[in-house]
Amino acid sequence: MKNMLSKINRKDALTLGVLVAMFLVFFVVLSTGMASNQLKNMIIPMSYYILLAISLNLMVGVLGELSLGHAGFMSVGAYVGCYVAVTLVEKYPSMPLAAYLPIAMVIGGLAAAAFGVIIGIPALRVKGDYLAIVTLAFGEIVRTLVQNMSVFGGALGLDTGDIRPKNTALTLLPFTAAVVILSAILIMNLVRSKHGRSIMAIRDNRIAAEACGINVNFYKVAVFGISAFFAGVAGVLYGHNFTIIKPETFGFNMSIEILVMVVLGGMGSNMLGSVVAAVVLTVLPEILRDFQDYRMLIYSVMLVLIMLFTSAPAFAGIRERLSLGFIKEKLTAKKKAKKKSKEGDGA
Amino acid sequence: MTLLIETLIQGISLGSIYALIALGYTMVYGIAKMLNFAHGDVIMVGAYTIYTTISLAHFPGWLGVLTSVVFCSVLGIVIEFLAYKPLRGAPSLNVLITAIGISYLLQNLALLIFGGQQEDVPNTGINVPSLDLGFVVVEGKVIFTIVLTVVLMIALTLFINKTKMGKAMRAVSEDKDAARLMGINVNRTISLTFAIGSALAAFASLCYGMNYTYIKPTTGSMPGIKAFTAAVFGGIGSIPGAMLGGFGIGILEKLSQAYITPIFGEITDVIVFGVLIIMLVVRPTGLLGKKIREKV
Repeated sequence: MKNMLSKINRKDALTLGVLVAMFLVFFVVLSTGMASNQLKNMIIPMSYYILLAISLNLMVGVLGELSLGHAGFMSVGAYVGCYVAVTLVEKYPSMPLAAYLPIAMVIGGLAAAAFGVIIGIPALRVKGDYLAIVTLAFGEIVRTLVQNMSVFGGALGLDTGDIRPKNTALTLLPFTAAVVILSAILIMNLVRSKHGRSIMAIRDNRIAAEACGINVNFYKVAVFGISAFFAGVAGVLYGHNFTIIKPETFGFNMSIEILVMVVLGGMGSNMLGSVVAAVVLTVLPEILRDFQDYRMLIYSVMLVLIMLFTSAPAFAGIRERLSLGFIKEKLTAKKKAKKKSKEGDGA
Repeated sequence: MTLLIETLIQGISLGSIYALIALGYTMVYGIAKMLNFAHGDVIMVGAYTIYTTISLAHFPGWLGVLTSVVFCSVLGIVIEFLAYKPLRGAPSLNVLITAIGISYLLQNLALLIFGGQQEDVPNTGINVPSLDLGFVVVEGKVIFTIVLTVVLMIALTLFINKTKMGKAMRAVSEDKDAARLMGINVNRTISLTFAIGSALAAFASLCYGMNYTYIKPTTGSMPGIKAFTAAVFGGIGSIPGAMLGGFGIGILEKLSQAYITPIFGEITDVIVFGVLIIMLVVRPTGLLGKKIREKV
């Protein structure tokens, strides 16, 4: 753990800086009462969407497997975690938020992780499009099961009014900030570690990775579990922010919304994009009320256009000319040429 | 016993609809090696076309159905041309995300144009009398659905096995590059596949409308996913597999609704999707699918 926290990549440091700065601003505006009601209601959703986006990016961008059931993992976390919290508060009414929220998060996260591992096992046999459908099927199964479970309130939903703190945004903010920042550090360091490189090797070429002695099965299941864990924690946050959790909230639409964030932010090992996209896509629809009706329409067009632009072979030339790497290369080309000629002299 | 037979007949009727949709999935997968996620929403478009032409524009029933079939075929070709063709050769993850985008685009366009409320399916003028077998009465719409499906399946099988275009389709699905070298117009063959798949979806929307009586912008997504399940169940890429899978999933769903729902509640979807997951784990190639060896 200490080792995990001590080494931070430069790119990740920027992401972390953005997160810390963002939460500091939130804290200041909330505690001084400067925040409008609109902003107040956005802060916690923004945070759990960040968590959802980076955890999905771990699966889609780093492992390269599409998950269409991320909302399903979130729903498992939300229901199990909040159920635990509600039960705790019922039994010990004087229990403070600082006690039951972390317990709920750990249990909710672990429950989601268990489901992640269960879904990760078929992932060993199937891949690509098939796996995407398995995750989709999983999301639907979870939603249907929860709707039929009277423990969780069935279709009416689970009442979380008792565990939702008063002055919700400000009270939840320190916990939220801590969880999001800690999760971001853990995920980013995982990606930069030896394990992360193994996972990316699996993404780039599974067979070659296997031939290099990377345990593909282990890493696939592990990523499913880890990604689901953080989605579950996000679900617990969600449950504490609202007075009720309903099964239909965590439908396919929400999974797609998270996917749009990941795609817009850029799939891959850099998490900053996911963070920014999560914030922007949570704030924009709230600010532009008229935008609400067109939201999913614009998201869908965005998905298609981004995919066409980033991966159509026909646009490869334009992409290259626009990329930062290309510009950098041009600038450094001269230097390299000089260096090479020098090395040549030495030899 | 009567309940069992009634359930089975309903299952075959629902299975026919799934089979028609699954054929579209499986043909496109066989030829373009991609999961056309938007296929389910083409059904919705077909249903709304029938609604627009017959209920709003007062076309005669047969013309409305014909318009719907033509419109869906053209839509299939347009989608392929705009969204999937530029991505040929891109990683399958990116193609799938594009297909999801198209699916949402169609749904939300329908939502903007027609609104989120339910619309009644118009009477297409197709009236088949019910058949009384003595112990059980088979409704006309059920007979129509089953007969239409069987006719379309026979026509499709003949088309693929006996005609030159069908041969081209089989060749492209076998090996795109070799087919191109043999002088087959690969692009046109793929367009044709999308057109046929979408036309089948339009017929499926006709049957769906007759059996379920109302439509919404999200009408297509659930049957679409279930039909995909059917295609996987039968072995994706295999046309007889899609038919078999369609009937299998339809019967499974109706049996579960008749016998399991009264005891455990509405968990039919859990069973259908559970079967999908188990199938993929135990036999990823489906009942009739071919095993593809991975080359390094």
